[in-house]
Amino acid sequence: MSNLSTRRKPPRVGDAPLFRRSLIGIVLVLVAFVIVAPLVIIGVEAFSKGWQLYRDTVIHPDTLHAVMLTVLAALIAVPINTIFGIAAAWAITKFDFWGKRFLLVVIEIPFSVSPIVAGVAYLFVYGLQGLFGPWLDAHDIKILFAVPGIIIASMFVTAPFVARELIPLMQAQGRDLEEASTSLGASGWRTFFAVTLPNVKWALLYGVILCNARVMGEFGAVSVVSGNIRGQTNTLPLHIELLYHDYNATGAFAAASILALIAVFTIIAKVALERQGAGRVRKQANPAEKTS
Amino acid sequence: MKIHLENVVKTFESFQAVKGVSLDIESGELVALLGPSGSGKTTILRMVAGLEYADGGAIYFGDQDATDIPVRDRGVGFVFQHYALFPHMTVADNIAFGMKVSKVKRDKAAIDSRVTDLLRLVRLEGLGDRFPAQISGGQRQRVALARALAVDPKVLLLDEPFGALDANVRRDLRRWLREIHSELGITTLFVTHDQEEALDLADRVVILKDGQIVQQGTPEEVCRDPKSAFVMKFLGDANVIAADVRDGRAYAGELSVEAAGVADGRAELYARPSDIDWSEQGPGIAAEITRVLDRADGRRVLATTGAGEALEFDVEPERVVKAGETGFVTLRRAKVFGV
Repeated sequence: MSNLSTRRKPPRVGDAPLFRRSLIGIVLVLVAFVIVAPLVIIGVEAFSKGWQLYRDTVIHPDTLHAVMLTVLAALIAVPINTIFGIAAAWAITKFDFWGKRFLLVVIEIPFSVSPIVAGVAYLFVYGLQGLFGPWLDAHDIKILFAVPGIIIASMFVTAPFVARELIPLMQAQGRDLEEASTSLGASGWRTFFAVTLPNVKWALLYGVILCNARVMGEFGAVSVVSGNIRGQTNTLPLHIELLYHDYNATGAFAAASILALIAVFTIIAKVALERQGAGRVRKQANPAEKTS
Repeated sequence: MKIHLENVVKTFESFQAVKGVSLDIESGELVALLGPSGSGKTTILRMVAGLEYADGGAIYFGDQDATDIPVRDRGVGFVFQHYALFPHMTVADNIAFGMKVSKVKRDKAAIDSRVTDLLRLVRLEGLGDRFPAQISGGQRQRVALARALAVDPKVLLLDEPFGALDANVRRDLRRWLREIHSELGITTLFVTHDQEEALDLADRVVILKDGQIVQQGTPEEVCRDPKSAFVMKFLGDANVIAADVRDGRAYAGELSVEAAGVADGRAELYARPSDIDWSEQGPGIAAEITRVLDRADGRRVLATTGAGEALEFDVEPERVVKAGETGFVTLRRAKVFGV
């Protein structure tokens, strides 16, 4: 009976065993060489000269400073971009205004622009020969080759993450809930915290995690504006590059292992949230009967 | 609370959704805004609620000009078409929401007891702990109503209240809403595109077309005396027969009906399926039966006149009629509108 039913299945595209096996094979080989091997190498190389050297690299003041700077950039850039993302998503999905489509496109720009282009652009805006450079210099405000530059560059690159997660969801949810809330007498703030936020919290957290991962890993834009001053404006990704150029491969891998570890935690958090989110969706899946 | 709309206008982009509507709703009245989609009925409801602002004209609640009062302070209860229940709150929390955010502070015990009362009113005792996704469509509808009533609204506004429900639940809820209304006596305005729903439920029906009121009155008035072909057709099935009007009578073939006030010349006769009689002999309008439809409550006949007009009428279920038979149609009553 079961044999019959499996045999009775209509053939689907690519159902031939040869095709299926080679397709799966190709994917496995690619994953192994492109993704898994480098990650394994990081671990292996980081400890290749022993635990002692790994420890020395990790607790080296320059490395620690780089970690601190990376964390600082994330602590500032992520909250700002989260607020920006919520504000942008709210504005785009709950209001009608002139230039809305344009704003939607502008928000996406950092996704499509190479980060190094952003970095160079900041040079022209804040650099000594740039637009505001002379004024900033005259007032002794340092943006480029200092921490503010790193943060601004990180913010540019990660600006769309939160908004991109929220917009589709908030668009799907429409404005009814907010209207219901205000018609019941709730203020705008109350509506936001009691009604809007709880309904987007999983998407919001997901966006924040992605944003955070990207801030911590950002290389291109930051490398242009930071000036790579060891122990001063070196973030973790830049520090890895410096160590590598110093022919300190083991040190570079040790530092890289810290970033890789952050990445692994990010992925675990992301998967956990997706499960939570999916569970919520299933439980609340609004089986709203459609009107005829 | 008496509501008065005075020449209210609303334009979206370049589309004029409401073109000068004036309307009085007496205190305690249950009024239906009835119209096809795009007739502006939902826009009017949303303007009464304060969810949209009128571009022109004024809306009065009693003697107070409410035109520019924001929805938050307008004191209306609004039931959304898809209920808009807060999915992350239980049924009880949904109902309590308005009381919790109100400027009038209530203690927790007072809120709880009011929620219990409202759950009883909408016959959902014991479901307070459920989430909206865990209850049926009809139950959600009632939660939405309880939530709107919780804030003691001056006016209750319902947008297509039964639109998302299946036919049986719809009919039950309709009768039940009527009971609640008689019990609470709250001024109620609801929007529907379903004429049966409007006639069943409302004290007064306001019929809209293209952003304007075309007729209003009690269900009896609008049904017995439709003032235009649009209202005639919109309120129910209507047969249309070409006619000529001479000196206050309309003539169609061998038939003639009274047509006082209709200008001489070409006109149309409108007759309900139940107002048409079928006989094998004349006089009457000759027609041929094309199809016979059997229904639970009778037998519907589709026929075509000699002039090619399609007719629908009802005969006794016992009456033997077959497709292809020819006979004559007479009219028990009909309305005449000039063309």
